[in-house]
Amino acid sequence: MLEFIILLILVIFAFLSLNVKNLFTASIILGAYSFLTCVLLSKMLAVDVAFTEACVGSGVSTVLMVATLCKVGFKTKD
Amino acid sequence: MKIYYKLVAILLLFFLISLTFDFPVTGDLTSPANLNVSPYYLENSVKQTHIPNVVTTVLADYRGFDTLFETSVILTAGIALILILFKSKRQKYSFSNLPRTTKGTDLVCQNSCKLAMPLMQLFALYVIAHGHYSPGGGFQGGVILAASFIFYAISFGVPNALNRFFKNKRQMLAYLGVLIYAGVGALCVILKKKFLEYVALKDILRVSDEMAHSYGVLFVEIGVALTISIIMFACYVFLATGNSFDDENL
Amino acid sequence: MDIFISKINYVLYFVLFTLGFYAMMAKNNFFKKIIGMSIFQASVILFYVSMGYKKGANIPIVPESHNVDVNLFANPLPHVLMLTAIVVGVSTLAVALSLLQKIHKEYRTIEEDEVLNLMEEE
Repeated sequence: MLEFIILLILVIFAFLSLNVKNLFTASIILGAYSFLTCVLLSKMLAVDVAFTEACVGSGVSTVLMVATLCKVGFKTKD
Repeated sequence: MKIYYKLVAILLLFFLISLTFDFPVTGDLTSPANLNVSPYYLENSVKQTHIPNVVTTVLADYRGFDTLFETSVILTAGIALILILFKSKRQKYSFSNLPRTTKGTDLVCQNSCKLAMPLMQLFALYVIAHGHYSPGGGFQGGVILAASFIFYAISFGVPNALNRFFKNKRQMLAYLGVLIYAGVGALCVILKKKFLEYVALKDILRVSDEMAHSYGVLFVEIGVALTISIIMFACYVFLATGNSFDDENL
Repeated sequence: MDIFISKINYVLYFVLFTLGFYAMMAKNNFFKKIIGMSIFQASVILFYVSMGYKKGANIPIVPESHNVDVNLFANPLPHVLMLTAIVVGVSTLAVALSLLQKIHKEYRTIEEDEVLNLMEEE
């Protein structure tokens, strides 16, 4: 039951991240998506994978994206 | 044009949903994924290697060849990133010539970095060393170590971070990580066993068979952590500055 | 319909897969394509790990070596494969972001149609 709720929120976040106009917001929502993936993975008893996804996905990946966005610009048309 | 893309995506979704009728229910104890090789790994891993964490054993011992090439993929991605952002003028990479800026960013960031960075590095070394007994291992510890370097670079400025961490071409240690991994394998071949067969280490280290496996996994994880930490920090430095170290920013 | 309810988690993994795939094809901005790639990879990881779940089991850390009951521990093999997949995914992301910076340096924009127009004009 909890898995189903978390999966629904994941789908909502994925859809939101692809449709906001500000790229900074999109990368932060992707960080939250990564965190929810980590929670779902630890619910499915994959603790090593959840640890890696938490470090790499919502840590380094978000930082690298924001670092690039500072050079490239936050505005987008779609 | 977008209507074609939407049509293709919806057709793909229906095709994939039609495949779910054959899949086993999640949690089934007799599904084919749980029946063939995994019982062997679960039953024999503690007997043969004295390491409780089965995921670390499978990653670095039973499927160690895979992990060697994964580490070299990370190294290659770091090299590719540096080459893509490479400037065509002849640029001497001596980081100790960069101006040491004393102003970084916020005071809050700087002070919390001074408090948190040693704890982060200690935690990273803990995670690497305890990969045998709890979730963790080389990858996770290496990324946490890289995160501590990135935190320093964000708080104090990139030139200060490069002067501290990459002096005198210390970034070549990334190659040393893959060399350690392949070196352990080559050492096993020199001692007349197969590549990455850790039983060969028992004569050098003078331990039993099972503890030789345990030490082999530890050395290999140290190599992986070294490579990953340096490459992730280098990725951040090159992406955040766009490879122009004169005008400074984050 | 019963079968559909018990396999609803697979259906949602495939919905995420299709969302990421559609984003990589149809979005105009290059950064949104990279976000689509990231969503896509996370859904594949979730799908594989769900194959290793056993009902009533515990995490795959085995405390003793005698009489190991296999049904008490989760299947470790998909976890190992997915560890490699996550790290390779972040390496691909780093290279993709560096290509994005290079495109921006050259064309001053990251929208796909503007870049194609500028390329045709040259």
